[in-house]
Amino acid sequence: MKFVAVTSCPTGIAHTYMAAEALEQAARDAGHEIQVETQGAGGLQAIGQETIDAADAVIFAADVEVRGRDRFAGKPTVTVPVKRAINDAAGILGEAVQAAESGVVSAHRSSTSGGLTTKVDHDAGVGTRVRQWLMTGVSYMIPFVAAGGILIAFGFMLARFAGGDNGAIEVTKIPITDLIKHFDATSGMQWAALLFQVGVAAFGFLVPALAGFIAFAIADRPGIAPGFVGGALAGVVGAGFLGGIVAGFLGGFLALWVSRWRVPRAVASIMPVVVIPLVATLLTGGLMIVILGRPLSWVTDKLTAGLDNMSGGSMIVLGVVLGLMMAFDMGGPVNKVAYTFATTGLTAAAIASHGTQLTVMAVVMAAGMTPPLGLALATVVRKELFSEPEQENGKAAWLLGASFITEGAIPFAAADPLRVIPSIMVGSGVTGGLVAAFGSELAAPHGGIWVTPLISGIPGYLLAIVVGTGVTAALVVLAKSVRRTEVADPTQPAGAGSTSPDLATV
Amino acid sequence: MSTADTTSEGRPTAVGLIAPALVDLDLDASATDKDAAIRRLVSLAHAAGRVTDVEQMLADVRAREAQMPTGLEGGIGIPHARSAAVRIPTLVFGRSSAGIDFGAEDGPARIVFLIAAPDDGEGEHLTVLAALARRLVHQSFREALINAGDPEDVVELIRNEVENR
Repeated sequence: MKFVAVTSCPTGIAHTYMAAEALEQAARDAGHEIQVETQGAGGLQAIGQETIDAADAVIFAADVEVRGRDRFAGKPTVTVPVKRAINDAAGILGEAVQAAESGVVSAHRSSTSGGLTTKVDHDAGVGTRVRQWLMTGVSYMIPFVAAGGILIAFGFMLARFAGGDNGAIEVTKIPITDLIKHFDATSGMQWAALLFQVGVAAFGFLVPALAGFIAFAIADRPGIAPGFVGGALAGVVGAGFLGGIVAGFLGGFLALWVSRWRVPRAVASIMPVVVIPLVATLLTGGLMIVILGRPLSWVTDKLTAGLDNMSGGSMIVLGVVLGLMMAFDMGGPVNKVAYTFATTGLTAAAIASHGTQLTVMAVVMAAGMTPPLGLALATVVRKELFSEPEQENGKAAWLLGASFITEGAIPFAAADPLRVIPSIMVGSGVTGGLVAAFGSELAAPHGGIWVTPLISGIPGYLLAIVVGTGVTAALVVLAKSVRRTEVADPTQPAGAGSTSPDLATV
Repeated sequence: MSTADTTSEGRPTAVGLIAPALVDLDLDASATDKDAAIRRLVSLAHAAGRVTDVEQMLADVRAREAQMPTGLEGGIGIPHARSAAVRIPTLVFGRSSAGIDFGAEDGPARIVFLIAAPDDGEGEHLTVLAALARRLVHQSFREALINAGDPEDVVELIRNEVENR
């Protein structure tokens, strides 16, 4: 077989070359061809692209980031510490043969910053690396957000036309077992329910994918299992995407930690496939359940009690608070409390008597629509402040926001939480306060613009959404602009239109 | 001591990389652990005028060692650093019959190479070190070093290996 390899080490004068020699020797012994690119202090002679293209598999024996990793994208890849290449080159070649035969392509590509020079990352910034980890998770999460969100939105849309004013509410009540047992292809509502259910299934992967790929960016493949499982458990304990970020970091670093254990040789070979995922998954999952679960349910109880107390007071204050809560964690515990508070108010009695509960529902839905809408607007107004995947996500966010799928904002919030979350909270708070002031009423728990006919006081309601969207977009642009001027230093790629150009190819 | 450093003639050769004064075939006499062994090898380089500041060099080597121990399977330790305290690319060789733990999984190191490179070294100089690092992988070379009779033999071996490439 034909292989190409890259070797590198922190100092660049010893291991890099020893690993190269060991790999070349082992390849000769086993009758393979190999060309090794030594990325050390002695200068770099890049392997020609034709050679890379002709190779059956790629070996990265690198303790620092591989320069020009994109050149190897799409090839079956084996990644090992440089020392292992020296100690066990033959074993690694065996793995490369396997990788080539099974044709598994590494998902890695440029998830760890393609063209940046290696040593910058070591000293220059925890912040930069944290952002790369988050962006990796976000970029792999976006397909789930887009697919799930758009399917759900289309489901609502179709239900609106097939089922009338209440269609968007009815569609969520059609159980999936109904579709399995007797799907009726002539019924518009059945199709709407099908779209909705598939969309909901896709949304189920949103937080696990975020957590899984954050952990993957940190610890490579061994991080995937603990990350995904931790992310899924973040959903189970109701921790939302912020809990997912926690799970991703937890899973990644635990996997990294376990991978550094010094173990007997016999165990070493099963470390990446068995031991690391096993131990790191158990620890991550256990911590998510035991440590995170209880305080979260405590917070949930306190917030609910707080809202109950407030409902006697000023409606506008309540509207602002609910708005802030809706945008804080988008599907996380705080958002859930606000949303549940609103939907539990939708009793038959409240609907019959036009109680304030209906205004609360209107507040919550409007405030849940502005985060994706505001961010979508921001990507249009100031495109250069957003990475390419974010810009793409911005297009879907219009539809998601309009359909009251607040999750459309999560990719933005997860990539840059400190700037995005406060901005969208203020926007939603403004919208919530305005809807409360206008006294709009709504008796539908979801549906976004597809249940507009069910809203009373439509002009004020829409105005509140427009204002909140504008406020959100303005604040996001402002917050991100401040960051840009700070970062404008010569080490950054000049004129980089996006905050992380390296992710454009992910 | 050694005046045999041939770097004055310009481009360093394998001979320039190491000299008999940079070989200690009885590391056991001065060191039983990694730290003492590194100190011994650095002080040899210092005595030969190749390292200007022993403490600085020690700090740089230890920093590298702290990232990940440099012990390799087959009884080898290769403490190394690029340091401002290094004047010219230098190799110091030490041998221990008792063995010194450099953190390799299969046991202590019997041969130790201190590899010292200048901080601002150009590619040209460093390729010599790179060539040597490559030879270290070869079992025959390791065995020859373990069996070498005196410092001149070691220097000769290294010169042959690197120049015959």
